[in-house]
Amino acid sequence: MALVIALAPVLTGVVRKMKARLMRRRGASILQPWRDILRLMRKEVVLADNASWLFRVAPYVIFAATWVAAALVPTFATGLQFSWTADLIAIVALLGSARFFLALAGMDVGTAFGGIGSSREMMIATLAEPAMLLITFSLALIAGSTQLSTIAEVMASPAVGLRVSLGMALVAMVMVALAENARIPVDNPATHLELTMVHEAMVLEYSGRHLAMIELAAALKLLLYISLIACVFAPWGIAAPGAAPVTYLTATLAYLAKLTLGGAALAAFETSIAKMRVFRVPDFLGAALMLGLLGTLLLFVSRGL
Amino acid sequence: MAPIDLAALAAGALLALGPLAIMAGRRAASGVYIASGLICAAVAGIGLFALLTGGVSTTVLPIGLPWLGAHLRLDALSAFFATVLGIGGAAVSLYAVGYARHDDDPMRVIPFYPGFLGAMLAVLLADDAFSFLMSWEVMSLLSWALVLAHHHDPEARRAGFVYLVMAAIGTMALLLAFGLMAGPDGGYAFDTIRATTRTPLVAAIILGLMLLGAGSKAGLAPFHAWLPLAHPAAPSHVSALMSGVMTKVALYGFIRVVFDLMGPQAWWASPAVILMGAGTAVLGIILAMMEGDLKRALAYSTIENIGVIFTALGLAMAFRANGMEAAAALAFSAALFHIFNHMAFKSLLFMGAGATLTATGTRSLDRMGGLIHQMPVTAALMLVAVLAISALPPLNGFASEWLIFQSILLSPGLPEPSLQMLAPAAGGLLALAAALAAAAFVRIYGVGFLGRPRSDAARDAVEADRASLAAMGLLAALCVFAGLFPGLILDALAPVASQLTGAHVPAQAGQPWLTLTPVAATRSTYNGLLVAVFIALSGWLAAALVHRLASRDVRRGPAWDCGFPNIDPITQYGAGSFAQPIRRTLGTVLLRARESVDMPEPGDLRPARHEVSYEDPAWLTLYAPVARMVDAAATYVNRFQFLTIRRYLSLVFASLILLLTGLTLWH
Repeated sequence: MALVIALAPVLTGVVRKMKARLMRRRGASILQPWRDILRLMRKEVVLADNASWLFRVAPYVIFAATWVAAALVPTFATGLQFSWTADLIAIVALLGSARFFLALAGMDVGTAFGGIGSSREMMIATLAEPAMLLITFSLALIAGSTQLSTIAEVMASPAVGLRVSLGMALVAMVMVALAENARIPVDNPATHLELTMVHEAMVLEYSGRHLAMIELAAALKLLLYISLIACVFAPWGIAAPGAAPVTYLTATLAYLAKLTLGGAALAAFETSIAKMRVFRVPDFLGAALMLGLLGTLLLFVSRGL
Repeated sequence: MAPIDLAALAAGALLALGPLAIMAGRRAASGVYIASGLICAAVAGIGLFALLTGGVSTTVLPIGLPWLGAHLRLDALSAFFATVLGIGGAAVSLYAVGYARHDDDPMRVIPFYPGFLGAMLAVLLADDAFSFLMSWEVMSLLSWALVLAHHHDPEARRAGFVYLVMAAIGTMALLLAFGLMAGPDGGYAFDTIRATTRTPLVAAIILGLMLLGAGSKAGLAPFHAWLPLAHPAAPSHVSALMSGVMTKVALYGFIRVVFDLMGPQAWWASPAVILMGAGTAVLGIILAMMEGDLKRALAYSTIENIGVIFTALGLAMAFRANGMEAAAALAFSAALFHIFNHMAFKSLLFMGAGATLTATGTRSLDRMGGLIHQMPVTAALMLVAVLAISALPPLNGFASEWLIFQSILLSPGLPEPSLQMLAPAAGGLLALAAALAAAAFVRIYGVGFLGRPRSDAARDAVEADRASLAAMGLLAALCVFAGLFPGLILDALAPVASQLTGAHVPAQAGQPWLTLTPVAATRSTYNGLLVAVFIALSGWLAAALVHRLASRDVRRGPAWDCGFPNIDPITQYGAGSFAQPIRRTLGTVLLRARESVDMPEPGDLRPARHEVSYEDPAWLTLYAPVARMVDAAATYVNRFQFLTIRRYLSLVFASLILLLTGLTLWH
């Protein structure tokens, strides 16, 4: 659990650094997100006059729910302690709980920006969540389980091989991950003062330690999705329970490599594509939904696909 | 005394309380509610006792049809529903004690209220077709009288009319269904019906009639259009009973007939139920998303939950028809669990809506806002309810939806390809409905309770009374308990599942840390308790560390809002604007949602207008055409009212000849 929290802002830093390099800027250090978070934590909180208790509690709830979800995804080893607490469906739903509180917090102060962010975030979620669930269905049909540890073990075994439905699930999951993490082309994590922003609009009223918790939660969520994609579609090198310490070491190195690769791919993708209009997003996510459904149906039609 | 005698006594006492209330007059309102609440609590106790100890108790009362009597029976299924009714009724009655203090016309409610509860209980206990239909009809009529409590309001009168028509159609469908089941010999006792075998075609017709009869009462699309009119029109505590409990009694009727009385069915009966259920879920929640009236939005959300339950029941039918008893038991238990959960959170939501209605005098979301400051306890309890109904862990709504998803994942074992295809599609629709529910309830809570007050009434709102808060607190605690310990509830449901599907979900109480393990530990597990503990611990830890090591200063200031805060509360996002993205993406196709802008020319002093309209497809495609047809037929038949006596006599003569000829040809 401590590992994911230490790594998450670094991963965000890596993505920002690579984006900067791709744009031929030098970019800040990869530790800059950590510095920002620590600096924010030490600052006082400026609360709007009519902010309620919900507004003050929400950052911690959002952070806690995301952290628990991130800790339940196998990173470098499967069968961790308490990994049976929640399966993939429950992990997705935990992120849903975090989003619910974030959207409520966006509505709390009663500003137009908070409302616009909340309503658009929920619109995106209504399509992203079913898509994610259909992906879960196809994975569960292949692995015979919704437990992530079991899925990772099955995926690592040579019996699975290449499947069309897995490819569809991968594409759909990447699309969902982009939408869920408020990345380009769905949302722009670097934007401010723009009517197109979604995630940033919701957290506009936050400051100080509250903002730090939310930034940390956002970083954790990005790490969660990259770990999830890595553990399901690239489970190579994940250590089985009870393996030798050396295996754990190589597994950790493999995990770090996967994270860097995932971050690099994200940075390359984000620099090469423009943000889309908000009402194009349903088409984008609708495609993810259809891919998820097709992948699931293909599994029924033919066991080999 | 056997449990059934006690339960029958309770039903009789509730039915007798109504006339007593009339004699006692308006000052006795609180007393009537307290008495109903106590009897309901006793019913919950009896139901729980019968459910946990098992065993079936029956009795025959010498009332009803002379050669039949009233057969009553309390088995695991009716015991479970009696528990649901008892808990819901007790909580709602406690709430009503507070409500009665500021009710200016209690005599419109209290004569019918206990009888309504008693009739619902009688439906659950009935063991023959006659007493079942009789109690069903009494339940319908008394709830109709309660819908008309605010009869000065023309909208309530219209709701009452539509409800009465739909109740009549529903009862007629039930009458036909029971007639078909009883057969030509008139075996009206449920034991006789159970022992009869039928052809698949007759069984399918009965299923269709049950979907119309019980489904319309529960709110199954496309027969649902009366529900969002009638449920909100009643006083809030009655709305809570209608949505939270009466829809469950309707589901009981469906389960009793389809799973118990009809016996085995062909597999092709189930896709219709699954499809209708999943469609109902999505349609209901999209309508809830668009609706600006708080209570009506809650009624639409009831339709969604009924759809979810019907989907699970359809899956259970599919599994049962193929002999997959364990899977059928899982889907069936998930449906029952969701029934219990929906009773808890929907009653709570309607009570909260009633509290805000009393405090602000409006049901319109756009005239509330900021209630979290004026009504902190109500707001906190409502937060529990909206989290639970949005199927978010670690609360109870998620636990039951998770079980339904797990049963969908067992569908590859089904031999029929069409069902194999349908199950994941239904799963996708249910996931869409769950995600939309989260959006709809962020909207309801965000617009109603958060933000700045949108009207003077909302600014001057006061907290609800203690009795109401206690009732809401009770149900909120139930939501949390069922979310943290779903295994215990599932174990309690085991006798019902064994009774109707021949198997039950493996015992959960022995699992380490009370983990929910519906099939096998390697397949899927979920532990609500640990998730809650982890979230609480890490949230607390983060807050404690940040406050201790970093900063704990707070400064209050005006809202930032990008530097241009506008103090007018109308600049906030309202109910309509929050729904706009989803209205544009899904509403234009499903609900024919339209936006029209009337922008005056420069120099023109008219106000600009922006209007939004949408239509319920069931109303357009089913209700309105049928109403037009009935109207046209009535106009046509109306001519017969103004004939001369000679023409009447010749008509009577002609029809007699025609009937006799027909009868001769038949033999």
